[in-house]
Amino acid sequence: MDLSYSPEERAFQEEVRGWLADNLPAHIADAVRAGGELSKEMMEEWHALLNSKGWLATTWPVEFGGPGWTPVQKHIFEEECCRAYAPRIVPFGLNMLGPVLIKFGTEAQQQEVLPRILDGSDWWCQGYSEPGAGSDLASLKTHAVRDGDEYVINGQKTWTTLGQHANKIFCLVRTDPDAKPQEGISFVLVDLDTPGIEMRPIRLIEGGHEVNEVFFTDVRVPVANLVGEENKGWTIAKYLLSHERTGIAGVGFSMQALEEVKALARKVRRGAARLIDDPLFAARIAQAEIDLEAMKITNLRMLFKAQEQGAPGPETSILKIKGTVIHQELKDLARRALGPAAAPFPGHVSDGNILFGPEDAANNAARYFNNRKTSIFGGSNEIQRNILTKTMLEL
Amino acid sequence: MDFNLTDDRRMLADTLARYLGDKYTIEHRNAVAYELPCHDPAKWDEMAELGALYALASEDAGGFGGTGFDISVVFEALGRALCPEPVLAALLSSRLLTAAGADQEGLLTGAMRYAAALSELDAPYDIADVACAAEVRGDGHVLSGRKSAVYGGQVADVLLVAARLEGKVALFEVQARDAQVIGYAMIDGGGAAEVLLDDTAARLLIADASDAIEAAQNAGIVALCAEAVGAMQLAHDTTVDYMRQRKQFGVPIGKFQVLQHRAVDMLTEIEQARSITIKAAAELDGDQASRYASMAKNMIGRAARLVAEEAIQMHGGIAMTWEYPVSHYAKRLVMLDHQLGDTDYHLSRVMSGNMSA
Repeated sequence: MDLSYSPEERAFQEEVRGWLADNLPAHIADAVRAGGELSKEMMEEWHALLNSKGWLATTWPVEFGGPGWTPVQKHIFEEECCRAYAPRIVPFGLNMLGPVLIKFGTEAQQQEVLPRILDGSDWWCQGYSEPGAGSDLASLKTHAVRDGDEYVINGQKTWTTLGQHANKIFCLVRTDPDAKPQEGISFVLVDLDTPGIEMRPIRLIEGGHEVNEVFFTDVRVPVANLVGEENKGWTIAKYLLSHERTGIAGVGFSMQALEEVKALARKVRRGAARLIDDPLFAARIAQAEIDLEAMKITNLRMLFKAQEQGAPGPETSILKIKGTVIHQELKDLARRALGPAAAPFPGHVSDGNILFGPEDAANNAARYFNNRKTSIFGGSNEIQRNILTKTMLEL
Repeated sequence: MDFNLTDDRRMLADTLARYLGDKYTIEHRNAVAYELPCHDPAKWDEMAELGALYALASEDAGGFGGTGFDISVVFEALGRALCPEPVLAALLSSRLLTAAGADQEGLLTGAMRYAAALSELDAPYDIADVACAAEVRGDGHVLSGRKSAVYGGQVADVLLVAARLEGKVALFEVQARDAQVIGYAMIDGGGAAEVLLDDTAARLLIADASDAIEAAQNAGIVALCAEAVGAMQLAHDTTVDYMRQRKQFGVPIGKFQVLQHRAVDMLTEIEQARSITIKAAAELDGDQASRYASMAKNMIGRAARLVAEEAIQMHGGIAMTWEYPVSHYAKRLVMLDHQLGDTDYHLSRVMSGNMSA
């Protein structure tokens, strides 16, 4: 047993930390730290900076432009990015579609699409969920009917994250209505400029615009945009969902959140005393910290296993369940720490700190509400329990 | 980074697990665990011959292990078998003797039985609260007071006693025959003793022993956490097996999602508990040992209670019986929270680290 990084890994950590210190623009890190929504320009600027360094497509093989990192290196990179308050990489092109095309795409598709993901020419979004197909994704109804060299798509997708910035969407569509639910689905690439597509914003609980719904009315797409075989899209969908599991625990984000809530609790006063000296509040922080400390090791154990076995195991669902619940607990603590100062509605008062309280109060309640999503998306925590029931308990 | 056990430790774990599986069956365990002396002297000797005690001490102290991972390997195997032998007493004593620079060959061979008399009724966890009094008498010292919950004390030859000397907590060696030792079986099996001291002759080992005792307790906490991980794993495995076999409403109860998800939640907590135990073991010789030990003991306290209660509930009535092994695992899992600091005590220790920052 040895919990420490190797000398090479420590050197890599130093390299990443140094590069971030020199290259992460302050205005972007400040925006991430403030916890509000990032502008499209900021996300593109960060994307371009990482691309110029060759650290963008961390999940791609070297021959396609990836850096060739081990799972541990990827973990170190993500951890350092969190520590420096770098933005999250927009994952839809890089971590979802990219690996799918590398595994299932034709050479022509790879050559056309992958470079445009890297250089930022295309912004991809995800067309998976539908109003009637959430956890039961295979019940999706959006259908594509073959007409000569084209598919004609009709239906509706939803929860399309950052679709408002995208010019492309990858979709799961039903191509065989008579087959079993999982066997009649295909994976199709669609240009959002195609006539018949309408994207509408969904306003989220905290007021933000992060997700959208997308309507397809007689949308004509070349058959050449099919990825893999027709009616084999479910295999691709599962591959996509299981491919990139490092980082699923969100340990770096929870470490960020823990430091933030501690800093808040040192600043906030209840009478003469600091909130962090209130035993009830301190106990809640300590318990979350203990859970997170265990999570860090659970995460490393699974990374180690992934590195030894070449692929992450089904137990990564544990990371999703625990990781999201711990992060949500920390966001809950940050909101509570502020007391009444958490109440001003960001964007609806000129200054989020208008009442009183610490300068970083503004977005805490909003982030708490927004983060309720994490136990729902990416396979809800209940779906993760179903997966563990099958794979680990074999019941 | 490497989460594999070294070959030596893997061999020790396998040897011990095989021995306990063959020789310390649950039936045998239950036959000895609840009646004084609450252990099996012949098996104690055999386990010592297998090296279970040598693994607890460093080479400098005459052993061949002594790190956090040596301790956790031994105790995880003990936990899986629900072994009631007083190995915790040997571990605590070995650490204290090491700190005192005293010889411990008798302890490591298993020939001499030691127990650490640290707790008192009004000082169950925090050594700073110890009231038992020491005073100089002639060339030596005498102790007066009462030590409580002395694990392994029911069969100890020698007691290592924490007592107050000139305002400091000091450590003394007392021959058990010189004290009044009232042994008893514990509700979860295994034995302990109340020790009454009344001008009892004692040999001073360490005059200012707070740090040494805290370090020994940290090692004991790693041991208890690993023991709990072993016991939790077995309780969970047994529960999941039972879910496959037990039929109600015409189907195995393992087909019910409400039970599946609860079994998954047990698994998740066990993995988290295993992780924090690994962390505490890795940090045992570092300067943050107490903080990580407290983190581990807090999490273990929560996880072990959940696993115990859920294992009983998901089995139903059968796990309420003395005959069914899970009931004994459940008792051990709940009651080890009462040893070396409970969930709340250790949470408050982690808290105070944050509050002072």
